[in-house]
Amino acid sequence: MAKSIDISDLNIYYGDFLAVEGVTMTIPARSVTALIGPSGCGKSTFLRTLNRMHEVIPGARVEGKVSVDGQSLYDAAVDPVEVRRMVGMVFQRPNPFPTMSIYENVLAGLRLNNKRLSRSDADATVERALQGANLWNEVKDRLNKPGMGLSGGQQQRLCIARAIAVEPQVLLMDEPCSALDPISTSAIEDLIHELKSDYTIVIVTHNMQQAARVSEDTAFFNLAGAGKPGRLIEMNPTKKIFSVPDEEATEAYISGRFG
Amino acid sequence: MSTTPTETGSPKRRLGDLVFANLTRAAGLTILVTLAGVALFLTIQGIPGLTAGPADLKGHANFLGYVAPLVFGTLLAAVIALLIALPLAIGVALSVSHYAPRSVSIVIGYLVDLLAAVPSVVYGLWGIGFLGPRLVPVYQWLADHLGFIPFFSGPASNTGRTIMTASIVLAIMVLPIITAISREIFVQTPRLNEEAALALGATRWEMIRLAVLPYARSGIVSAAMLGLGRALGETMAVAMVLSASGIVTWDLISNTNPSTIAANIALTFADATGVQRNALIASGLVLFVITFAVNFGARSVVARYETGSPR
Repeated sequence: MAKSIDISDLNIYYGDFLAVEGVTMTIPARSVTALIGPSGCGKSTFLRTLNRMHEVIPGARVEGKVSVDGQSLYDAAVDPVEVRRMVGMVFQRPNPFPTMSIYENVLAGLRLNNKRLSRSDADATVERALQGANLWNEVKDRLNKPGMGLSGGQQQRLCIARAIAVEPQVLLMDEPCSALDPISTSAIEDLIHELKSDYTIVIVTHNMQQAARVSEDTAFFNLAGAGKPGRLIEMNPTKKIFSVPDEEATEAYISGRFG
Repeated sequence: MSTTPTETGSPKRRLGDLVFANLTRAAGLTILVTLAGVALFLTIQGIPGLTAGPADLKGHANFLGYVAPLVFGTLLAAVIALLIALPLAIGVALSVSHYAPRSVSIVIGYLVDLLAAVPSVVYGLWGIGFLGPRLVPVYQWLADHLGFIPFFSGPASNTGRTIMTASIVLAIMVLPIITAISREIFVQTPRLNEEAALALGATRWEMIRLAVLPYARSGIVSAAMLGLGRALGETMAVAMVLSASGIVTWDLISNTNPSTIAANIALTFADATGVQRNALIASGLVLFVITFAVNFGARSVVARYETGSPR
């Protein structure tokens, strides 16, 4: 189910403004890849091009190639809707659908894909997804309560359950813990460890300890200055990045000398 | 009246605050006083009308028999207008908020607002002179082919001045307010929720169904109720368009139509004398109560939705 992602010479524009320039990298399957870098360096923008969510913003476009397991995401024949069903996403702030119950939230994506769903299949999917998101034991007795009634950390795990319920090939996480307290953060990090056996995970984080804890590989993005495009400076195994990075800039960022 | 104790520790009361607080309080009270004044006037002036005899009630035995067909016509016209206007308004609002390119949506929004600025007399003229005659063949066709449905049993009007035409005109008149309120709410849909839907692989319409409409539900209800309130009270256009005979019928396309309270008052008040006037004012009181009930109904619906989905 998990697939690797190949990106080559990717330029990302907002209108005429070049936001991210010349990214080439390979994101391995069944592994966690962390994207780190200072604010505004384009790591979230880059993440969004992996499921074409950047297209939500008028004027945003890309040049270059992104392919998941050999299938290019930007072929003229490819529907962004299909891409997003294959590449799931978890956002910075938990965003369960406010009017839906926990149960319906988990099924929201599935109901889009496949309108007819037998009650037993639906129940099984909900349990599997919530188990997968380490939330089942906390909510199994109140599946019909609104998703907004959960704590922030639980809501975020509900969103992860919603994303994995459709069995995507890749899971993108855009600073998934930045709105959470340390205990919830730790729960999500544990979850990421478990999920990587089934999914290719790409996570944007501002927390370097988190990148060090959860990821196999780390990509460092940086920009030369305000108004300049963001670039991929270095991508290496996380252990190497946090001990002997190839680039001076990476070293400086990680050791806290700037950014 | 401003005897609320000030917090200990801040003994100094600023003059500006005091003046502004009392000004706003006075503004708020004005609303209450006006409303109470209207209700009082309608009640006092209306009471003699409640006991009026057939001579003053166009042959109806009592006030109830007089006002019931008017209430029926008022509700029928307003409800049909709402049935036409609501889907249209939601469609326009959605296209402005989520479909049309920015430049187009600004123009559409402006044009819809402009509809609200057209005086109702003009709508009335348009209904009589333009819309009505053009609907005659439609009514003829409906009577011929769908006559088995009570709404279209005919015989079809040959002037087009039917309750259906009046309702269509009303629908256009309430369209701007429903559209404006719905649009306001649609654009406020949290981006987070929209992105949640899109990231799951929702198409634009699916995103609207998953994120926008649930969020806007209570707002749509209040918009519809405001529109209904306006349709209930609209006078001039209906008075001009409708060829009313004060009967109760479900037939929407014939020459004999129920009148509405507001139109009936407008058309007969000038010639009415004595108790006849009191009866008309009493019918106004009935309209007042209906509009009030609609508004309270809307509030309770909105309140229920809001408690059902904590934000």
